[in-house]
Amino acid sequence: MSIPTQSQYCTFYVADHLFGVGVSEIQEVIRYQDVTHVPLAAQSVEGLINLRGQIVTAIDLRRQLALPERSDDSLPLNVVVRTEDGPVSLLVDEIGDVVDIDESTWEATPPTVGGRIGDLVQGVYKLQNELLLVLATDRAVDVGASTGI
Amino acid sequence: MTQDEDLAEVIGEFLVESGEGLDALDQAFVELEHDPTDAGNLAFVFRTIHSIKGASGFLGFQNLEKVTHSAENLLSQLRDATLLLTPEITTVLLLAVDAVRQMLLNIEQSGADGDADHSELIRSMEALSHRPESRSESKVLNHKEAVFAPQAGEAQAVSDDSNREVTSSDDENKSVGELLVEAGKANPEEVQAALAAQLAGDPRHVGEILVERGVLDSSEVVEALNTQRKEAGPAVNNSTIRIDVALIDRLMNLVGELVLARNQVLQFTANQPDSALVETTQRLNLITTELQAGVMKTRMQPIGNVWSKFPRVVRDLSLSVGKKVKLYMEGAETELDKTIIEAVKDPLTHLVRNAIDHGIETPEARAAAGKPVDGTLSLRAFHEGGHVNIEISDDGSGIDSERIKAKAISSGLISAEQAAKLSERDASALIFLPGLTTAAAVTNISGRGVGMDVVKTNIEKIGGVMDIHSVKGVGTTFRIKIPLTLAIIPALIVTTAENRYLIPQVNLVELVRLEADQALSSIEKIHNAPVVRLRDRLLPLVDLADILKTPKKTKISSTDEGEAEVDPRLMPINIVVLQADDNQFGLIVDEVLDTEEIVVKPMGRQIKNIPAFAGATIMGDGRVALIIDVMGLAQESGVIAQGRARSAGEAHSTAVEESVSTQPMLVLGVGSTSRAAIPLSAVDRLEEFARDIIETTGGKDVVQYRGSILPLAYVSQILNLPSSSDDAEILEVVVHTSKGASVGIVCDSIVDIIDESINLQATDSRPGVTGVAVIDGRVTDVLDVEFIANTVRLSGSGRSRAYVAVAS
Repeated sequence: MSIPTQSQYCTFYVADHLFGVGVSEIQEVIRYQDVTHVPLAAQSVEGLINLRGQIVTAIDLRRQLALPERSDDSLPLNVVVRTEDGPVSLLVDEIGDVVDIDESTWEATPPTVGGRIGDLVQGVYKLQNELLLVLATDRAVDVGASTGI
Repeated sequence: MTQDEDLAEVIGEFLVESGEGLDALDQAFVELEHDPTDAGNLAFVFRTIHSIKGASGFLGFQNLEKVTHSAENLLSQLRDATLLLTPEITTVLLLAVDAVRQMLLNIEQSGADGDADHSELIRSMEALSHRPESRSESKVLNHKEAVFAPQAGEAQAVSDDSNREVTSSDDENKSVGELLVEAGKANPEEVQAALAAQLAGDPRHVGEILVERGVLDSSEVVEALNTQRKEAGPAVNNSTIRIDVALIDRLMNLVGELVLARNQVLQFTANQPDSALVETTQRLNLITTELQAGVMKTRMQPIGNVWSKFPRVVRDLSLSVGKKVKLYMEGAETELDKTIIEAVKDPLTHLVRNAIDHGIETPEARAAAGKPVDGTLSLRAFHEGGHVNIEISDDGSGIDSERIKAKAISSGLISAEQAAKLSERDASALIFLPGLTTAAAVTNISGRGVGMDVVKTNIEKIGGVMDIHSVKGVGTTFRIKIPLTLAIIPALIVTTAENRYLIPQVNLVELVRLEADQALSSIEKIHNAPVVRLRDRLLPLVDLADILKTPKKTKISSTDEGEAEVDPRLMPINIVVLQADDNQFGLIVDEVLDTEEIVVKPMGRQIKNIPAFAGATIMGDGRVALIIDVMGLAQESGVIAQGRARSAGEAHSTAVEESVSTQPMLVLGVGSTSRAAIPLSAVDRLEEFARDIIETTGGKDVVQYRGSILPLAYVSQILNLPSSSDDAEILEVVVHTSKGASVGIVCDSIVDIIDESINLQATDSRPGVTGVAVIDGRVTDVLDVEFIANTVRLSGSGRSRAYVAVAS
């Protein structure tokens, strides 16, 4: 897996993990929107939101990463990423900073990281205090693989 | 260089106008066949070809010029009544039109008219234009005359025209030369000289010759050519403009957004006390509605645009199959959205071809049946309740439901029991099954068993509904009901489990509300399947919440003692009666709200593949709501089978588990004396493959079949018997499909289909054999098709499949 060439990452927290997506892949970050649930859809699909007249699928990253469910009293935020198929919203717990990273701190995901996180994380940047997990957005928005798990 | 750009622009215009002219020509020719002396039509055809010839000559498209030149030559004789139009001439002229169309296409794509050889066509046109003349004259002379006559005529025209008034309103287009003379750019002598050069064999057009001789520069000629074009198409051009379809699409999208915004504003202001705001909103509402209608209208085209090519299709086809068919068209002015027109073009053409090939009988058969010798094919289009209905009916032999059933059974699409249960109407609808053909022989027109299912799918794709009505011996009518437009559709809002869903009105039949006490007594159940008697017919009921697997308020279907759980005081039941295919079913919803104009918006790929939903839209309150795909819903709920074939397969698998004894069996010959049998319902198709198309992969024999790879299993190997056809050229193959993969079972001969009660005896386990039975008086091994399929399937498990591709 090649080293991502982004130097600025938009970061967010999902179940206390710090994830990052290259800023150029991010369309916008918006507060929680009313979601229309889609029956029969894959589990990770939270539903559809109205993004200024455009209908955007919202994917719950916790479910997509097979992490424990969010508690009912906290509302997730929408990180809208650009994909080949148009914008898709990733529901995250909390938004972090936009960080400049030092490319020399990149490392591939350790092989011991298994499960969905292992599948969806491209690699890790060793920040000073924590680890930034770089999310592969193309796989993060692909719910086909997550059905039936 | 600007001159190049000018020229490109001229060529562009030339293509558009020539294309339009050609479309009208097909129609004109067919009309001419009925009345070969119609001077108006002849003049029109002549003019169209003439102007293409003129422009092509100037623009340097020599091939195009040659063909149009010959056609024009022939036409001028027809126009002058020295030659009478015969079907033969029409055919040749139509071929010429096709050739011209092809060359125009080439020009559009590559900028050149291509190097196809049209000499054959030109020769036949020349031959025809000579025929009526005295045969004693030498051929060569005739040939020369034919070639030079029009130019001579043109020269004549120029000299004549110089005496004519400029304001002449003659039909005849003025030649470029004449226009140049008029504009003072060239003098008559120079033009004459150029024409003389043409007469002497110079293949180029007048303009070109003049440019080359330095009399003019090409911009002047382009100008003259433009003038010629303007004069050719007067008045109409001033009241219409050409608009890029993409622009209109964009406008339509914007209007869609405006409609949604309007809906939101309306909902918001409904509770506002401010009368000025309410008033303004109402105006906004009215204007939006008008704007929507206006923009929609710009995309509307008469269905006649599609129909106009049918006279030609009918003519060519009926000639080629030796049938006589009269075509009637009614309602050609009925307007439809452009995208829908495009979408119905191919399905309609297919239906028309089918009607001629399958439906209408040969003149002899018609005479024998006491029908008029000329068959009738009629197309009818009309508006009805916001939709367009198109009917295609023929007075042919109709659909023989027994034959269809037999065919469907023998193709393994349905079982004999299923067939016996089908009504006449349902049996006719079997023709929509994939893989079924009734044509006795495969022709180049039809009979390959792909078609009607595709037609139906295409109609359904645009939200249409298709229906067939056929009476044996009397004729067949296809009815297609399609929405006016895809962009903005009226839909009914319903709710279930607090969620809103939208049902397109095209699928809506009626709304039924059963009050609480009524609901209890009138909903009955057949083995857990709820039904209601609606005007003395049983209407199957489907609970939307059940299909969508969402929690629901009422329980009527899930448990046996369900009725006891329904609190009669609790709620009335709302039933939305929907039409899917030929079936109606009732959808139980919690509430029926209102209707709203909605804009169908696409959904992301994460949820696109859910069959129950056609898309989503944004509602008045700004929230997203899902649009129900009635066909998908019906399939999900089992109201209609998925292509029916699946239900046949399911019926088969359960039947096998219970007992094989009632299954009709396909009996195969193996070796010289042995027999094997396969349950007929496991048979997809029977095929014959030439031995030399067999290829191997991974040690398995395979053939390329319908775009995929079909592994082969040999019955003789399974039964460990010598094959009698090891060196036969042709292999007899039974195609079996299950779990989305097909396998070809190779036998030595196909003996018969036997439908008798058989007593299956188990054998000591022989892999691939279910048991032994006496069938048709002989001991027969009954094959375990699933086992055989699994042994040769290319991929071992369902997880990973298709590693071998057909490179074509």
